[in-house]
Amino acid sequence: MNRLKPDPTHQQEHVVDVIYDVKCYHCGQPCDEVYLESEKSFCCYGCKTVFEILEENNLCDYYDLETRTGTPLTSVDEGSFDYLDEPRIRKKIVTFDSASFARVSLYIPSVHCISCIWLLENLKKIECAILRSEVNFARKTVIIDFNPAQITLGKIAGLLQSLGYTPRITLDSDTSPKPTTDRSLIFKLTIAGFCFGNVMLFSFPVYLGLDQSDQYLKQTFSWLNLALALPVFVYSASDYFRSASKSFRQKQINIDVPIAAGLLALFLRSSYDIITTTGAGYLDSFTGLVFFLLIGRWFQSKTYESLAFDRDFKSYFPLAVQKLVEKKWNPVVVYELQPGDVIRIRNMEVIPADCRLLDGQAYIDYSFVTGESKPVNAICGDSIYAGGRLIGPPVTFRVDKKTSQSQLTGLWNNEAFKKVTENRTQKIIDRAARKFTWVVMAIAVVTAIYWQMINPAQMWLVLTSVLMVACPCALALAAPFTYGSMLRVFGRNHFYLKNADVIERLGAIDAVVFDKTGTVTYGQHPDVSFIGALTTEELLTVKELTSASTHPLSELISNAISGNGPERLSSFKEVVGKGIEGVIGGQVIRVGSAEFVGLFNAARQGSTCVFVSVDGEVKGYFSICAAVRNDVESMLRRLGKKCVALVSGDNESDKKKMSIVFGPSVQLLFNQTPHDKLAFIRGLRNMGRRVMMVGDGLNDSGALKQSDVGIAVTDNTGIFTPACDGILEGGKINLLDKFVDLARSSTSILKTGFVVSFLYNTVALTFAVTGNLTPLVAAILMPISSISVVAFSSLAVNFVASKKLQT
Amino acid sequence: MNIIIVLIAISLNIAVAFLIAFLYSVKSGQYDDTYSPSIRMLFDDKIKTKSVKEKEHGNSPKSKGTIEKV
Repeated sequence: MNRLKPDPTHQQEHVVDVIYDVKCYHCGQPCDEVYLESEKSFCCYGCKTVFEILEENNLCDYYDLETRTGTPLTSVDEGSFDYLDEPRIRKKIVTFDSASFARVSLYIPSVHCISCIWLLENLKKIECAILRSEVNFARKTVIIDFNPAQITLGKIAGLLQSLGYTPRITLDSDTSPKPTTDRSLIFKLTIAGFCFGNVMLFSFPVYLGLDQSDQYLKQTFSWLNLALALPVFVYSASDYFRSASKSFRQKQINIDVPIAAGLLALFLRSSYDIITTTGAGYLDSFTGLVFFLLIGRWFQSKTYESLAFDRDFKSYFPLAVQKLVEKKWNPVVVYELQPGDVIRIRNMEVIPADCRLLDGQAYIDYSFVTGESKPVNAICGDSIYAGGRLIGPPVTFRVDKKTSQSQLTGLWNNEAFKKVTENRTQKIIDRAARKFTWVVMAIAVVTAIYWQMINPAQMWLVLTSVLMVACPCALALAAPFTYGSMLRVFGRNHFYLKNADVIERLGAIDAVVFDKTGTVTYGQHPDVSFIGALTTEELLTVKELTSASTHPLSELISNAISGNGPERLSSFKEVVGKGIEGVIGGQVIRVGSAEFVGLFNAARQGSTCVFVSVDGEVKGYFSICAAVRNDVESMLRRLGKKCVALVSGDNESDKKKMSIVFGPSVQLLFNQTPHDKLAFIRGLRNMGRRVMMVGDGLNDSGALKQSDVGIAVTDNTGIFTPACDGILEGGKINLLDKFVDLARSSTSILKTGFVVSFLYNTVALTFAVTGNLTPLVAAILMPISSISVVAFSSLAVNFVASKKLQT
Repeated sequence: MNIIIVLIAISLNIAVAFLIAFLYSVKSGQYDDTYSPSIRMLFDDKIKTKSVKEKEHGNSPKSKGTIEKV
């Protein structure tokens, strides 16, 4: 749909006969029309241009590094980047600026392979004013150092765009570069690991081989151990103590409370033993515990750096817009727009505020805002809502409301966006920890009373031993490794979750609500089918006629017909809002609405229809409707009763089709505003349902946020996705029910892991209550229990996943 | 057996030095992007200089125009 229109003059020069299975030399896509250059074929003028630029600069190594190199230029926005040179806008983007040196960091979603890195880092060969460029592949950003005296920022962005690497500059680009990832966990883990290793080295001679004559060595080793354990106690384990004291103050027991108690008992008891020279202490167990616990945290904290789960409208809206100031068009930052301002929007640009159309007519694509897949035809004076995308030639608007107060952006003022979404449900691990803590406390008290009566001198030693082994390390490791492994399994299947907590909520889902456009159906490639009778030659003439029009529906039809017309179009007329007419080879072809072709009593069809007549005779119509994604139907059947509703912003034209896809028991709601969607989800949740919302557009943002689990579906992870708990690639939506299923089984795997760890704790407790817990026993039991729980969780998850995802 | 104390002192110091080196490398962002450096080192510094064909001169103003146009 967003095809770069080939320049007609070049078209005539290079187009040869229709050749199928020819792949574009630049982007590897099959070519519809072939453009030849240096004996290489290209699918479009854009791809050819990139090749020319590269060849001219001797950068054709680009094509040797990887086979499917280039980005197809068919989906490139055509906007200009001149606004970046406006000083106030420039200041927001450039990270460092001086007279002869400036640095900018640009987000480029289309970076995907080795060739991309190579080309972007060789920009200086194309443009000598660029001093250096460096790609961060994980974040898909390129840092460019350039000489502002020789090249402007707008030119750099334009150069990138002409190569197919359009930088994405949106309203939220101006906030300073992303906060650097939290490295403190890595530091804590490193230090704990370092100390654990060394403490273990010093401990084992003490446990095993030293006799009385080496007493001074024993002392030295013990003191060294204490010195090594101190940073672990003060720094590495600090999170556990902090979290435990916080949950104490809130009078809630979470998993960190017994952990902190155990760690504290271990460290104090060991310090006491060493200082009073009564024993070797349990410092290897202590440091080992902290090390394993931190590994669990680290494993669980897998993140997808190139994906963002917290975007709002700001990352969808443009940063700047052309505003009329004293009869001149000047770029201004969108925030500064005031009601009454006159702005100009170009093809494929997003309208940044609610406004009124000043020009004759325009086509606005609201698919991302309302879910309506067909572009809306607006005429002069119509009010246009923010978030729509203009299709066609540039038009002017008068701003009605500021961006922050527009219809759509008002959604973000809803309270659903204000509350903290985490910790909504009591986590399984914390429920288990609470029971566990009570049991341990009871055992500790009973043991203390018993030893007080038998042998008061031993009482404290036994009591601390009980607390020490009760430290639920294995318990605390079961969750990170179960959920962390599951997170990776999902990631391998192109289902990216924000964090591991989402899995638990996902497993508890009992109601699923779908959006239609872009979620259940493809967002961009509607089904175009012709119903009626047309010969191949007539079809080609229709293609020729429709390709002459810029109307979105014409483009869809023209793209759907393969082949090339005879190019005999002799007269062309477009009747706005009705259709197009042309004379080709002596035949009068009309394409448009039923009335336009002379059909006045046509029955209303469910989908969008475009009628065709040849010489006044109606030949049939093109039916254009959004295509349902593959295998969605069988997925919905497997979901069964869990699938509750379809909530679409689109009109009811697809109702019949959707009721076949979804079955009779599912509620189908159309014409829903973003606020309606949010309210619908809230209603379900108030009924006690645990809701998963599956959507894709800005209009689903509220519903995604309000639901227990909000999943955004996207066909390209590089483009905008609204704030959500997980991002699912469109092609994998047929696995959605299996993902829910897997999430549920990971909860049962977790519970089994709990049982395993409880068994170890029971064994260890029998040593402790009988007063037999020597440092050696602790040093053996602790790692075995941890490792076995870790192994069990990871293996079980991968086993279950491979079994379920295969069938 | 006193020698063991000396050896321990030396080995601990070396170990701590490596620990600090590692922490420094993490802090300076050397592990932030583990993919592109591994690729970057394999690129040839010199770009293959193909003899510029006469034919390309015909094209060059056009492609230059494209850069400037955008």
